[in-house]
Amino acid sequence: MATTALEHTHVAKRSTLVEWLTTVDHKKIGILYGASAFLFFLIGGIEALIIRAQLARPDSTLVSPEFYNQLFTMHGTTMIFLGVMPLSAMFFNFFIPLLIGARDVAFPRLNAMSLWVFMLGGLFMNASFLLNAAPNGGWFGYAPLSSRQYSPGLNMDFWVIGLQILGIASLAAGVNFFTTILNMRARGMTLMRMPMFVWTTLITQILVLLSFPAITVALIMLMADRTYGSSFFSIGGGGDPMLWQHLFWVFGHPEVYILILPAFGIISEILPVFSRKPLFGYSAMVFSSAFIAFLGFGVWSHHMFSTGMGPLADTFFSLATMLIAIPTGVKIFNWIGTLWGGSLQFKTPMLFALGFIAMFIIGGLSGVMHSVAPADLQQTDTYFVVAHFHYVLFGGSIFALTAGAYYWWPKMFGTMLSETIGKWHFWLMLAGFNLTFFPMHFAGLLGMPRRIYAYPAGLGFEMFNVMATAGAFLLAFSILVFMYNMWVSARRGVPAPADPWGGATLEWTIPSPPQEWNFTDEPVVAERDPVWGMKRAAGVRTLPEPTRSSGQGIHLPGPSWWPLVVSVGILIFFIGFMVKKSWAFPFGPITIAGFLLTAIGIFKWAYEAPDANAPKH
Amino acid sequence: MASHAADAHGGHAPTSSGKYIQIAVILFTLTALEVLLYELCYGSLKGAGMATALSPWFVELLLGLSALKFWFVAMFYMHLKQDIKILSWVFAFSLVIAVVVIVALFILFAYTRGLFWAGVPW
Amino acid sequence: MSSATLAHDEAHEGHHTSLPIDNRKLAIWTFIGSECLFFATLISTFLIYKDNHPKGPGPKEIFEVGLVTAGTAVLLFSSFFVVMALNGAQEGNRKKMLGWLAATIFCGLFFLGMQVYEFNHFYHEGLGYTTNLFGTSFYTLTGFHGTHVAIGTLWLITVFKDAVKGNLPPAKALNLELAALYWHFVDVVWIIIFPVVYLMSLRS
Repeated sequence: MATTALEHTHVAKRSTLVEWLTTVDHKKIGILYGASAFLFFLIGGIEALIIRAQLARPDSTLVSPEFYNQLFTMHGTTMIFLGVMPLSAMFFNFFIPLLIGARDVAFPRLNAMSLWVFMLGGLFMNASFLLNAAPNGGWFGYAPLSSRQYSPGLNMDFWVIGLQILGIASLAAGVNFFTTILNMRARGMTLMRMPMFVWTTLITQILVLLSFPAITVALIMLMADRTYGSSFFSIGGGGDPMLWQHLFWVFGHPEVYILILPAFGIISEILPVFSRKPLFGYSAMVFSSAFIAFLGFGVWSHHMFSTGMGPLADTFFSLATMLIAIPTGVKIFNWIGTLWGGSLQFKTPMLFALGFIAMFIIGGLSGVMHSVAPADLQQTDTYFVVAHFHYVLFGGSIFALTAGAYYWWPKMFGTMLSETIGKWHFWLMLAGFNLTFFPMHFAGLLGMPRRIYAYPAGLGFEMFNVMATAGAFLLAFSILVFMYNMWVSARRGVPAPADPWGGATLEWTIPSPPQEWNFTDEPVVAERDPVWGMKRAAGVRTLPEPTRSSGQGIHLPGPSWWPLVVSVGILIFFIGFMVKKSWAFPFGPITIAGFLLTAIGIFKWAYEAPDANAPKH
Repeated sequence: MASHAADAHGGHAPTSSGKYIQIAVILFTLTALEVLLYELCYGSLKGAGMATALSPWFVELLLGLSALKFWFVAMFYMHLKQDIKILSWVFAFSLVIAVVVIVALFILFAYTRGLFWAGVPW
Repeated sequence: MSSATLAHDEAHEGHHTSLPIDNRKLAIWTFIGSECLFFATLISTFLIYKDNHPKGPGPKEIFEVGLVTAGTAVLLFSSFFVVMALNGAQEGNRKKMLGWLAATIFCGLFFLGMQVYEFNHFYHEGLGYTTNLFGTSFYTLTGFHGTHVAIGTLWLITVFKDAVKGNLPPAKALNLELAALYWHFVDVVWIIIFPVVYLMSLRS
């Protein structure tokens, strides 16, 4: 490719593998996030297909109850932590610097570390399948089921340790992107001129920073119970399993906003471009996102309406949850307002964005139904809840991420995805998704519980389950269509111009794919939707195609091994806690080895100048 | 470049050693007051002097004193008073959420155990 | 170049930042904000379990106000010492910087020693990690605080080493300021722990 020839003129050739393992380039890191997240998404999807196959018929014995427990636990854990979050991270990584007009994130090596910690954590958790010891206590690991007494095997140790490791990746990224967005914007880009995706990313990072510590502590306590025999959550020792639920959901509820806010941001980017109209009510969108995040810390016990907290707590959390529907509604009306009167271009990104709005509304409505505590007593722990969260997580997050994939693919890879295949993908996915999850509303209200590996015949569940299973396989087929689209595009895709869609934001002013330093000249911004402003000022529909420069005089941070080394150290450190031991000798040789590797890695990193290994321009 | 370096360090005139010593004395005094309060209410000075007046307000006074210490360290030693506002916002917002979490958890558990509202029918 | 010093983000030196602040300073405050929630969760757990000691000693049997007050004083003084050291670094006064920094490190080590002594003493009084939930939540909370003190002390020692080598001129005073901010935070957490954990638990 032409770019590599220019960029590598002065540098000795490095092997591609080393290049990728030591990269601190936010764009490469983004691609690595995306590739691994997509692989994990496929694994989670296969887990779902097996679940659906098992539930297609009553009293099925396709899989054992034990394996079924592993399937639904890993499906949930994988889709949330190894699927949606890192797919969002792919976009944070690739596009936040581009959207704010920066050359990289604030801390490139920390960024790389987040990636490797995530990847190693994900691989570690899935490696448990090799030992037939995949986590099996639900993605929320409720005590006392997750205690050593009721989960004696390694399964829940994999879960606790894996999640702890993944938490570190998220926290590091939180610090990184928070700093990047606040401190590395182009000149003239005030906060209220930032693209909406940047706003929602900023708010998401705040949520990560403030909610992950709760689960970090909860996991430490659960690990102490399992490894050292303490009784934080076990009744026998005076502990309270309810504490686990509270701590988990203090994290868990903000987590679901972490999952949806980036999606909101992507939609807010796509709708204006494909309506040829600015986002309706920008300020309201910013404030409603902030309000959702803040309120998100006050509703967690709506996951616990059936635990006997008492009428006062139930009422408080019920009202707070209803309240959150308001800013969410504001956003939906503003999206509709954006479309209203616009010149709508029904390209694939737009189709998925429209699909998002419809599906998210449905998911939101069932959510509001949950907020009514007495009604929730019927709905909770049934398939009604499964329907709700899949509508918001798949119909919401995944549809939005897919929209983002089609929208930003040309910029990332320099080719267009096929519109024809894209439309097939959309309609098949929409049909498959609804066929899978809409029937679950009815199964749930009829009383079909969650997390059961089989159900008896004659209770009225059969039809809905058959429909759901058929839908799941249709959905899976639509994913294959998407993969085909990616493959075709990589093979013989139409080369993409810098600005295939008529975009409004800075990423469309640079070549597709971007050069390593993103912007040859640092942009200066005068307004919101700066590129529309530039086009207006020049009186053109499309800006002239940008030329690739030599990057002379631009200094970038160089590659480094230390982020990977530190990540391996962290993994080893935590693995050491899986073995039951006495608290008198709390750290075994594995933990100590991991600690030393991490410490050495950190010191080497700290004393390595950021441009130590950079090619000299 | 030099001015940027100064900006990067906050761009404010460094606090004088004298001011730091003043704050140190204040912090030490507040700590002594905390201990004195404890001793008066529950410790070796129990019942002496203002003990009866202060005892019902032990928790509030104690938390107030420690909040003051917190404020002095944050404002002067951590330079929040002189630094750009965003840092204070970051810290303050985190503290607000932290306090909400502590208070909420405490209420939820105290309620369940009947510690606070024993006998009150909800 | 400058490979012997704590790395300075030279790629951004002289580059425009949106706020008049170095990225690393904003980052450390962000991290501190997150740590507030970490300790809030541990403190909440302690508050829930502090009266849970059906067997084994409870706070009233083993907490010693004197020892803990000494620990509080040591940390408070160390915060004072480190700002004096930072002053010295910003002024380019090498003796002042090194002297006060050494004093800070000494305080950190002293505090850690006191914690080790306290834990050991409690253990011999019958309070193991799993004896009762008061003990478990106490050891977990103060243990993690102690870990933060240890990391902070190690960080300060590293900065001290750089300063001794002459690699902490006024232009690089931020390196010390970052460590100092972390150190102050560790002190501030103890300012909360002292009354909430120790003094409040000793009420009859």
